[in-house]
Amino acid sequence: MDGMEITVLLFASVADRLGTRRLALDVPEEATVATARDLLLERFPAIEPFLPNLLYALDEEYVRVTQPLTQGATLALIPPVSGG
Amino acid sequence: MLIRVTRDPLVSQQAIDAVASPRAGAINVFLGVVRDNNLGREVRYLDYEAYPSMAEKVMREIAEESIRKFGFEDVAVLHRTGKLEIGETSLLIAVSSGHRVESFEGGHWLVNEIKKRVPVWKKEVWADGESWIEGPESLGIQAPGQR
Repeated sequence: MDGMEITVLLFASVADRLGTRRLALDVPEEATVATARDLLLERFPAIEPFLPNLLYALDEEYVRVTQPLTQGATLALIPPVSGG
Repeated sequence: MLIRVTRDPLVSQQAIDAVASPRAGAINVFLGVVRDNNLGREVRYLDYEAYPSMAEKVMREIAEESIRKFGFEDVAVLHRTGKLEIGETSLLIAVSSGHRVESFEGGHWLVNEIKKRVPVWKKEVWADGESWIEGPESLGIQAPGQR
């Protein structure tokens, strides 16, 4: 097998800027969150200004960018939260 | 424990009933409500977006943490999403505890952690525009393992 497919979820300002809230992303074997982030930046250069403030959640758990991805995983890009 | 992200209006009695316990000497209730101004601008209404499944998961983790930390009998945390008018309740928290001191301290801690960690965002809508409010309270958050 040559790669994996993951689902990427976008929210708030990032979703508005990219005009989508959910997309499929093909990533290579042994990809990490950072790999997915870099692929997204290639595909959507407009995401760049958001990157310094984003957190990442993999299958609903906050993770570091070094976290490995798995086939079928859901990666969420989390802008600074403002609930309450 | 009652944990919920919902588009329906929040009713404080629901949270109070959920945490009621014969061992509790105090029930503390907090309502976060929509204010008509922010940073000098007049706000017409707020639009809340959540990552609902993860938001409920993180709310539950924080609630469980608060029970361990402050010895609560029970905790209810509800967050509303969608369009909220001025004066409507966006966040509803109730804690029951043996004594009042922990209920105030732990209730305050709960609100702070929820504002820092739960994936929910508010968009302010003004007469002449709108903007997502992102941070600053969440900017202090660190990846797991660094906490």
